Amino acid sequence: MADQPFIARGFHSRRAAAPPGRLPPGQYETRDFPVLSAGPTPRTPLESWDFTIRGADGGQSSVRWSWDELQALPRETPTVDIHCVTKWSKFDTRWEGVSVDTLLDAALTAGVADGAFVLAFCDGGYTTNLPRADVTGGKAWVAFGYDGAPLAPEHGGPARLLVPHLYFWKSAKWVRGLQLLPSDEPGFWEQLGYHDRGDPWREQRYQGDP
Amino acid sequence: MSEAVVERVAAATPGPPRLEWQVATVVSVQQETPRARTLVLDVPQWPGHRAGQHVDVRLVAEDGYQAQRSYSIASAPAERTVALTVERLDDGEVSPYLCGVLQPADGVEVRGPIGGYFVWEVAQGGPLLLVAGGSGIVPLMAMLRHHARADVSARAAVPVRLLYSARTLDDVIYRAELEKLADPPQVEVVLTLTRDAPPAWSGYRRRVDRAMLEAVSWPSSAAPHVYVCGPTSLVESVATLLVDLGHEASRVRTERFGPTA
Amino acid sequence: MQTEELRLDGNAAGGVLRQVFAEDVTAALATCAGCGTSGLVGSLLEYGHGMGIVLRCPKCDSAVLRIARARGRLHVDLSGVRLLTIPERVSLA
Repeated sequence: MADQPFIARGFHSRRAAAPPGRLPPGQYETRDFPVLSAGPTPRTPLESWDFTIRGADGGQSSVRWSWDELQALPRETPTVDIHCVTKWSKFDTRWEGVSVDTLLDAALTAGVADGAFVLAFCDGGYTTNLPRADVTGGKAWVAFGYDGAPLAPEHGGPARLLVPHLYFWKSAKWVRGLQLLPSDEPGFWEQLGYHDRGDPWREQRYQGDP
Repeated sequence: MSEAVVERVAAATPGPPRLEWQVATVVSVQQETPRARTLVLDVPQWPGHRAGQHVDVRLVAEDGYQAQRSYSIASAPAERTVALTVERLDDGEVSPYLCGVLQPADGVEVRGPIGGYFVWEVAQGGPLLLVAGGSGIVPLMAMLRHHARADVSARAAVPVRLLYSARTLDDVIYRAELEKLADPPQVEVVLTLTRDAPPAWSGYRRRVDRAMLEAVSWPSSAAPHVYVCGPTSLVESVATLLVDLGHEASRVRTERFGPTA
Repeated sequence: MQTEELRLDGNAAGGVLRQVFAEDVTAALATCAGCGTSGLVGSLLEYGHGMGIVLRCPKCDSAVLRIARARGRLHVDLSGVRLLTIPERVSLA
């Protein structure tokens, strides 16, 4: 019985019809912005907030930006679809932030040791690992604005990583930096069986998915 | 009995059954308030429960979509059926189903009973202070019903006070039963209405605060067992205030129901 | 809203914990590997959602227990708990 769930009479999922080709497999569209969190909301004052890129030499080389320095960098305003591994997708979300390309280029120019992988680290201890190639080439941002306003704390403000082409747990809330790594190291959820890359179009939810 | 004997007997006793999902049958439903409904369930493999425990409820749609929530048990351990009281959250997906769609004779998947932390038995003694916000009354009602069924001497040894915060008088779940419990006074019931009160209302009309807790609670020197259940914000503020008033944190047990919807 | 409003008690994880342990461990004493504080598992703070469950120490916010369900497997991270003291159920029934 445990393996054969009982179908609840008259219970329907709230999956709305979405335009063909826009929803990755197994996803449904939501108009809400659900809040998933693995911990309390960190409160780092902007005066002491910074963003650091640490080199693949164990962090011996690094570059950091204060909040004001980050704000002074060129901004982009991507409008993207986002896909959570818990199966909701949200279309046309509007963000404002700095491209990770801008930050990584500056770091490498300053002599920070390059690596093939990154581990995003955050206030509150959250981490997530990504191939370096997934945060470069105009695919990832450090976002501090959402829908025309400062990013709300429950959605990761003051700043979160935004990597919309991967499942949304990769878009780490309350991000404080990227650690470049020579080899892949699993992050908070990846240690517990979630996929190291997490491409929603290939349904890479868990370790072992193709 | 020597320890060795106890150990041998214990080893020979089969453990509790593995916690499995099973299909319960709805025996009856009862509307408690405009937003809350009690489901009386017949659960085939029910090992019995302790007051304060909960069950997990799982709903599976035909396309495989699943939703799972936890609901507190309202019925006393001695009862043969299992009663859950569910508050309808308008933007929820499980509670509108349980409060609206589900009918007597329907099946519903449950597993339980669950939890050994937020439980109270009359043998633990008292005094017993219960603080509820909204549908947080449900597991506390199981404790009150358990208390009401205890024999007279056991009951007399455990004075009980309930402080129950609800939006309006119409939102007070189990109102008639609580009135009966309070008269003759086995239990002192104190209501506070946070949104709207009838014109003749002489009770509290505000959120639970320090002064109210000081007035309703026993002093910390009486070392009451305290159980607080309701929305996360109410539970956290009440628990903090009680500890500030000198109650030992380990005697204040909490059950958070999540955000107020 | 803050994410603190979403947290529950460790007690809320009782269902999945009973899948992992032979005993009900919500009444067990857990010693946090982060700060050494001991408290009942039921009194830890639970942050749970579709990805998994994280039980945190109410004193230092360290993750004491983490559980995720993936492809028919339960992944249980116990690295945040230094000691788990579980009351034995001595039933004479």
